[in-house]
Amino acid sequence: MSDGARTLPAAAQPPLVRRSHLLPGLAALGCALVLPHFANAYVTEVATTALLYVVLCLGLNIVVGYAGLLDLGYAAFFAVGAYTTGILTSEFGFNFWLTIPVAMAAACLAGVIIGAPTLRLRSDYLAIVTLGFGEIVRIIARNLDITGGASGLVGIERPEILGFKLMQVQHFYYAFLALALLAVFVCLSVERSRMGRAWFYVRYDEDAAAGIGINRVSAKLQAYMMGAVIASVAGCLYAAKMTAISPESFTFNQSLLILLGVVLGGMGRIPGVVLGAILVALLPEVLRGAGTYRPLVTAVALLAIMLFRPNGLWPDKRG
Amino acid sequence: MALLEVRDLRLSFGGLKVLQDISFSVEKGAINSLIGPNGAGKTSLFNCLTGFYKPKGGSIRLGGRPIAGLPPHRITALGLARTFQNIRLFKEMSVLENAMSGQHCRSRHGIVSAILHLPSQRREEDMIRGAGMRWLEFVGIAEHAHRLAGGLSYGDQRRLELARALASAPEIILLDEPAAGLNEREKLDLVHLIRRIRDETGVTVLLIEHDMGLVMQVSEKIVVFDYGQKIADGTPEAVRADPKVIEAYLGTED
Ligand SMILES: Nc1ncnc2c1ncn2[C@@H]1O[C@H](COP(=O)(O)OP(=O)(O)O)[C@@H](O)[C@H]1O
Ligand SMILES: [Mg+2]
Repeated sequence: MSDGARTLPAAAQPPLVRRSHLLPGLAALGCALVLPHFANAYVTEVATTALLYVVLCLGLNIVVGYAGLLDLGYAAFFAVGAYTTGILTSEFGFNFWLTIPVAMAAACLAGVIIGAPTLRLRSDYLAIVTLGFGEIVRIIARNLDITGGASGLVGIERPEILGFKLMQVQHFYYAFLALALLAVFVCLSVERSRMGRAWFYVRYDEDAAAGIGINRVSAKLQAYMMGAVIASVAGCLYAAKMTAISPESFTFNQSLLILLGVVLGGMGRIPGVVLGAILVALLPEVLRGAGTYRPLVTAVALLAIMLFRPNGLWPDKRG
Repeated sequence: MALLEVRDLRLSFGGLKVLQDISFSVEKGAINSLIGPNGAGKTSLFNCLTGFYKPKGGSIRLGGRPIAGLPPHRITALGLARTFQNIRLFKEMSVLENAMSGQHCRSRHGIVSAILHLPSQRREEDMIRGAGMRWLEFVGIAEHAHRLAGGLSYGDQRRLELARALASAPEIILLDEPAAGLNEREKLDLVHLIRRIRDETGVTVLLIEHDMGLVMQVSEKIVVFDYGQKIADGTPEAVRADPKVIEAYLGTED
């Protein structure tokens, strides 16, 4: 067709991390690696929570940021993971690591059950159904014996790695850091793959995407399930860290906070979402005085961002 | 056997009969056109052919295979691609990513192989990217590959829609008013490009167009619509001389 003599833009696959992001990324990683050596237990604890939110927000970002679906019940999948680990270790004596694949499978199953019927409908339905799903999971957890009812589960086994038992705040800090890095790697890999692009096509113009050969229901369902799996793994590690979980960790407010992190970060690209997640983790520390008004503050913050900074505090241009 | 065969196709919205017993066919390797006044039902017909609208009755066959009622992505995978009357690009994505979208239905790697960075997945990505680039070259906008699609000039956006549709490796491509909004020079380029699509890639072309000069110049056969009915069907000369066509066009001012 062409003789190739003209100079055309490179068609090589883009690197996993853009060159301009490499140095800031490594610097951030360096700070994260040494933080526990300089910080006291309180700061390390807050930083561990921040890393938990990084994982959760990256997972929800696949649903909201990549595929453009509004999920108001994301904490339900976080609960699925936490309760799977809680029940399997404390009631059935499972090894912690074995509970992770079970939790992932359970999250997939829950994702299909909720997603398959609703994702055929227009997007607004998903928001309502997921909102209901989030509440249902919490209410089930409150009322079953196996989930420990309102008081939840206690005495969840702590994980061991090669004979080393994760006990202290620092240990879990590093465990969550590893999980967050894994989540970043997974998101970067998928974002620039065939399915990642399909999510963006569907998000930007659903009809054009269908017209060009993309099965929109399947693409959305895969995004929803992948988000579910990531939240469930975060739930497993969360249960192991807390050793006790109760339905109150998985409320609508939790779902809203995770969503706030994604929206703060600009719904889409990873650096923004990581920043949004960290801000969300710091929010309760800042809002200690707000007490019962906290959900209200979260909701108002969400609305304000959507109204005044619809592209997030730190929008990231595609390129 | 014709490549595309439409028989007694009917479509209505509420009481409004948008398409009434439409029958026509497109031979493999042809360039055919669909003309008619505004509101005649041309775009609605495309929407039926591509699965966006569900026809009330009748049949559509692509290479002998019934496709009426299938979802759009299945129809595209079976070899029928389209462009939109009001350009529908993924404006926030790069020109190359837009062109690559056509390859989605011709590739298969999913989430897990992307996370594992499997060699076969990397190869497939190269294949998708290469195909996207080739079609950008074909339509003449390869130098803009890494710009955002929304930033292209209007004429180049139309070309990108063509590249994206061609990247899905279709048997037949439906173009909905590809010359709308183009100047005379760009229209000439478009005629040239449409001929190259058929001559160099063998893809059959069916286009909706308002510009009579362009239609007469490029098509071997023309189907004429008015008020949801087919009023004529034949060579440009025969259609131009048809009293019903003259009446429809004089009657509506368009
Ligand atoms: N989704 C729809 N709902 C209701 N009416 C429609 C719809 N799509 C098309 N129509 C009607 O069908 C008729 C034909 O429209 P269209 O196919 O766009 O015509 P053309 O492309 O020939 O200008 C018009 O009267 C239009 O209002
Ligand atoms: Mg039209």
